[in-house]
Amino acid sequence: MAETVRVKTMMPPGHVRTPAYLRGKCGVIERKLGEFANPERAAYGLKKEMQPLVRVRFSMGEIWGAAAENPTDTLEAEIYTHWLEKVI
Amino acid sequence: MGGQQTDAKLPEDHDFALWEKRVDALMVLCSTKGYFTVDGLRRAVEDMSEDAFDTMSYYERWVAAVNQNMIEADAYSLAELGERMELIKARGATYGEATAYKEATDG
Repeated sequence: MAETVRVKTMMPPGHVRTPAYLRGKCGVIERKLGEFANPERAAYGLKKEMQPLVRVRFSMGEIWGAAAENPTDTLEAEIYTHWLEKVI
Repeated sequence: MGGQQTDAKLPEDHDFALWEKRVDALMVLCSTKGYFTVDGLRRAVEDMSEDAFDTMSYYERWVAAVNQNMIEADAYSLAELGERMELIKARGATYGEATAYKEATDG
């Protein structure tokens, strides 16, 4: 059973790699990609900190709502897990 | 920029100028030497004003972002940078002038 997650809606200033248009949107974890250096620290020259990265699959209907031309088409984005919350 | 509407179109494919290739090489060199990573480059570019995206070219933004990161990494001081820029400015504005300047000053 695919795990459903929601991208956090927070908008901190500074360098983050989580696309703004996906904040608050729900998707399923398509695969786990392993651990990568957190860009939010690397961008400021801070000590390296590894974070798990996953690929999340969203439906166009979820992202664009009624404006989606093909709501069942999907989009995948690679997102660090500290940006994701579980959806029960 | 940032999902905003624009009428601007991407320029046609073009060959890069020598200085642009040098900026690209500089970025590779800086990250290989461990001064900073591409994350730092992106952060410095994003921190620029919106105006920078209209008034500066792609590699002009890059070289400014490389410099910002190199200052933060303590690779050189602002005074050292300023003095070096003065020396290079004295060579002239073009590669041709710089070559002539070098030939004249090498005696």
